[in-house]
Amino acid sequence: MSAGVYSCYARRYARLVTMPTTAHTLTDVAASESTLRRFLHGLPGVDAVGLEARAASLGTRSIKTTAKAYAIDLAISMVDLTTLEGADTPGKVRALGAKAVRPDPTDRTAPATAAVCVYPDMVATAKEAVAGSSVKVASVATAFPAGRAALSVKLADVRDAVAAGADEIDMVIDRGAFLAGNYMKVYDEIVAVKEACGASARLKVIFETGELSTYDNIRRASWLGMIAGADFIKTSTGKVAVNATPANTLLMLEAVRDFRAQTGVQVGVKPAGGIRTTKDAVKFLVLVNETAGEDWLDNHWFRFGASSLLNDLLMQRQKLATGRYSGPDYVTVD
Amino acid sequence: MSDRLSVFKTYKLYVGGKFPRSESGRVYEVTDSKGKWLANAPLSSRKDARDAVVAARKAFGGWSGATAYNRGQILYRIAEMLEGRRAQFVHEVADAEGLSKSKATEQVDAAIDRWVWYAGWTDKIAQVVGGGNPVAGPYFNLSSPEPTGVVTVLAPQKSSFLGLVSVLAPVIATGNTAIVIASEKSPLPALSLGEVLATSDLPGGVVNVLSGRTAEIATPLAAHQDVNAIDLAGAGTDDGLAKELEIAAADNLKRVLRPQPVDDWSATPGIDRMTAFLETKTVWHPTGSLGASGSGY
Repeated sequence: MSAGVYSCYARRYARLVTMPTTAHTLTDVAASESTLRRFLHGLPGVDAVGLEARAASLGTRSIKTTAKAYAIDLAISMVDLTTLEGADTPGKVRALGAKAVRPDPTDRTAPATAAVCVYPDMVATAKEAVAGSSVKVASVATAFPAGRAALSVKLADVRDAVAAGADEIDMVIDRGAFLAGNYMKVYDEIVAVKEACGASARLKVIFETGELSTYDNIRRASWLGMIAGADFIKTSTGKVAVNATPANTLLMLEAVRDFRAQTGVQVGVKPAGGIRTTKDAVKFLVLVNETAGEDWLDNHWFRFGASSLLNDLLMQRQKLATGRYSGPDYVTVD
Repeated sequence: MSDRLSVFKTYKLYVGGKFPRSESGRVYEVTDSKGKWLANAPLSSRKDARDAVVAARKAFGGWSGATAYNRGQILYRIAEMLEGRRAQFVHEVADAEGLSKSKATEQVDAAIDRWVWYAGWTDKIAQVVGGGNPVAGPYFNLSSPEPTGVVTVLAPQKSSFLGLVSVLAPVIATGNTAIVIASEKSPLPALSLGEVLATSDLPGGVVNVLSGRTAEIATPLAAHQDVNAIDLAGAGTDDGLAKELEIAAADNLKRVLRPQPVDDWSATPGIDRMTAFLETKTVWHPTGSLGASGSGY
């Protein structure tokens, strides 16, 4: 086949090729509003039916016995134990910290969770509560959950949290700007927040996928976040009706996989909100393994944003250990 | 003239207000007393039992928190709905227990009356087993009976309907929620009772009916940490099973009602089956004039 014929095919099927292929593209895409838009709108469209079917079929895997025990312990170690309520008290945050460090006081073989996730003003309390353990403190910032504040306010929010000792910052993107097509504004904000995080804190970027309306938008937001320097991309705040679903998480896992293939940079994924049972969590782990691969099966690269999930994981763990079904009387009431 | 094709009924479980098939997909053949095939019933697995516990636990808050008067109304409603389907139950009981039509009718009538009896007890039991206690101090001291929680009931094996109602009604009358394991050999009246309960204003999950091998379902339920009590009426013919279940139940200090020999289920039941699954809560209230601090001290 001659080169001329090939390039003709390449042009015709350009939009079917999974991703733009040169590393060169990514350094330049954020050069201006128009290059950024051209890049994001040049991403291939998402096959919604195929995506959902793929997510559903991966959810049917049967994970039993030793594989289940492994999955439960892995999932526990990936939980970002979260409390984001207006009614959070220092006492509640301390209790949460204690639980994160030692999730099952009756069984010392249970692993610690990855992190506790709190509002910025609770970071210092949380930091004290998990001192001396492997548990990180994550803080939501940038006018969470709406993200409707001036950039200076958002950055002050981030700096406060980092100064109080937060190891991870969960920021929300400006969905209004994103939906209005003002991608550069979203990009600049992420870059600014990343800078405010400094070298010490990892940045998780929350897209609030339930508000982005389409899978195409979720794919665009994922690439936008990763190009802007996110260490993690996160589905949602947990404060809206639609939170993490297997389909939108699968889409984001594909994005981080393709991003690493193209740039060599690995980015983590954090589905948050709506994951309440062990069964759900195991389905997500299957998605991770089958999509991004084993490299992501580690709490440095994959997290669950959850609160009630941990109790269900612990009850399932007790069931596996003792053979008896456990109950809510044997885990804490959060 | 050609015969009409028969329409067979698919008997299903009653869990959480819904009628699922067994999670395992299994069924077993149910025969009448002469060995003639009647229908297939679901052969429940331990996972059905687990789901039933979740449903019962979820329903407990609402049911135990309902007023006793309201519970009484609903229990009476069950009697009303049964009355409307009397013929069906007479037929099923006659088949299941090999009774004549008149004997079966007696059983069904007694079962309907049993619901009415317990409907009357819901708002009276507290006055009989609770009340004010005399104390030597400036306090009121009150004891009130509280439901235990989620109760597993092994329905009697022989008396498939009257026996079932006689062990189930007292459990839910006082505000407990129940998981019933139907008679292994004749589960059909119990499964049909589920249909009655579903249309009697009884909140879903208050009663969950499972059919299958009693030993297979009862074992995980006896060991289940989220079940608060177990009534072993249906383990009566098998001493080994009753003992085994009681040992498994000891682990989370379940209340256990050992199998009691019952010759005649139609006799007046008394209140023992209600008090078996009640706990007594005692509270102290200061009396007298209140000081500046707002207390009587």
